[in-house]
Amino acid sequence: MRDFDAAVIGGGVVGLSIARGLAGQGLRCVILDEGDIAARASRANFALVWVQSKGMGLAPYGHWTQRSAAAWGAFAEDLRAETGIATGLRQNGGYALALSEDELDARRAAMMRLHNQPGWDAIPWEVQDHATIARAMPAIGPRVVGGVFCPLDGDVNSLRLFRALHASTVSRGATYLPDHPVQTIIPQPGGGFLIRTAARDIAAARVVLAAGLGNARLAPMVGLAAPVRPQRGQILVTEKAAPFLHHATITVRQTDEGGVMIGDSKEEAPPDTRTGPGIIAVMAQRAQAMFPVLGSLNVVRTWAGLRVMSPDGFPIYDQSVATPGAFVATCHSGVTLAAAHAELLAPMIAAGRLDAPLAPFSARRFDVPQAA
Amino acid sequence: MFRRLRDDPPIAFTFEGAVVQGRAGDSVAAALLALGVRAPRDTAVSGTPRGPYCMMGVCFDCLVEIDGIANRQSCMVPLAPGMVVRRQRGKRDV
Ligand SMILES: Cc1cc2nc3c(=O)[nH]c(=O)nc-3n(C[C@H](O)[C@H](O)[C@H](O)COP(=O)(O)OP(=O)(O)OC[C@H]3O[C@@H](n4cnc5c(N)ncnc54)[C@H](O)[C@@H]3O)c2cc1C
Ligand code: FES
Repeated sequence: MRDFDAAVIGGGVVGLSIARGLAGQGLRCVILDEGDIAARASRANFALVWVQSKGMGLAPYGHWTQRSAAAWGAFAEDLRAETGIATGLRQNGGYALALSEDELDARRAAMMRLHNQPGWDAIPWEVQDHATIARAMPAIGPRVVGGVFCPLDGDVNSLRLFRALHASTVSRGATYLPDHPVQTIIPQPGGGFLIRTAARDIAAARVVLAAGLGNARLAPMVGLAAPVRPQRGQILVTEKAAPFLHHATITVRQTDEGGVMIGDSKEEAPPDTRTGPGIIAVMAQRAQAMFPVLGSLNVVRTWAGLRVMSPDGFPIYDQSVATPGAFVATCHSGVTLAAAHAELLAPMIAAGRLDAPLAPFSARRFDVPQAA
Repeated sequence: MFRRLRDDPPIAFTFEGAVVQGRAGDSVAAALLALGVRAPRDTAVSGTPRGPYCMMGVCFDCLVEIDGIANRQSCMVPLAPGMVVRRQRGKRDV
């Protein structure tokens, strides 16, 4: 007798988004998660819902990101209606600011390369000069020479998103089990899975691996691969101030509650979450050059989180051929993609197979032999 | 609510424009508590009244404006003669 239609392993933003979608499709769903002391990117991130720079080298990733951003408005509204929790979504366009002409040229060139890829659907973007940006954000400093603006970009309050996902998933009838780290997954003869956790065994017809960095170990148990590695990112946050940053930028944003977040570094690092003064000082200096008024605000906290990074940086969505009913989902922009995971990916998993547009995200892309 | 254990030399400062007295060795938070001011700030998001709680720089519930600078942790600032202390009302301006 199977306890559940689907077991989602991992209670981060990816697992919860999928579980919410599965529960919405009527599946009896369990989420197996670790305890409070877990590496959980979902509690550490910068909270951008970001489109402008996504998809270089894999056009379908750009499209997938755009579909998620387009679905985010209704997704946020549904979450609010179901849980009473407002995620603070703001999609009024965002900037990548440049502090020199060289930086601006590099950003412009990257956007052109992105758009010149075969099969790319054009998205709106433009390079703006200092004066134009200053009209939208008077707080920019004299060293900002310009920036790339994309009207599709935005941000949320990611801790409230996380809470809303929890509340909504549970209110849809799913069972959330913390302190149930999964040790092994055993495919059963005739279908279904026996899942051994530290607490007890669970039987489920389907299993979805959404364990972030934990997927690397779990995937081979069900004939899948998820070669993900940790990449550290550090963030600073200031005291709360009256609103003065009216758009998100890729490295500085003011939250809906007033604190200014400064982020976020990309460090190939040992898997720990220490913060370091060297990188933080550079981040703070650049942020202050962009918005000099930041110099008068106190930093109240810094932290580091571990991104879940695949070899090429793109998501992995896959279904097992060897043991049908097993799926894996992992990505490094789980906030941006939350709407796609809940509204587009979960229905495919509920239906038992991933649609063709997700084929480029199979981990089989890493099997291609390298040319000598 | 609070009673002083010793009477150290007095220090005059202003709170919300009124001249008041603390004692040498007080932090600004201690002086305000001794004066019966239990909630010198309103929170930045919901506007709820709050006051010093941990007295050791951790909780950020003791924020006040001191000498024109907003959002200062009053438990971490030694009281000095002539300080101009005001309530912290919600978010600070920048
Ligand atoms: C500094 C930083 C900034 C970021 N900024 C952004 C941003 O601006 N926008 C954006 O879209 N994304 C951003 N991200 C990425 C985003 O946070 C991640 O994509 C997302 O959190 C990944 O979610 P996840 O659920 O896959 O992984 P996690 O949040 O790491 O969750 C994995 C979960 O699986 C559990 N788990 C692991 N192993 C097991 C096991 N064996 N059994 C049971 N449970 C297990 C863990 O306990 C954890 O709860 C950022 C990340 C970082 C670190
Ligand atoms: S009373 Fe807690 S920080 Fe001042």
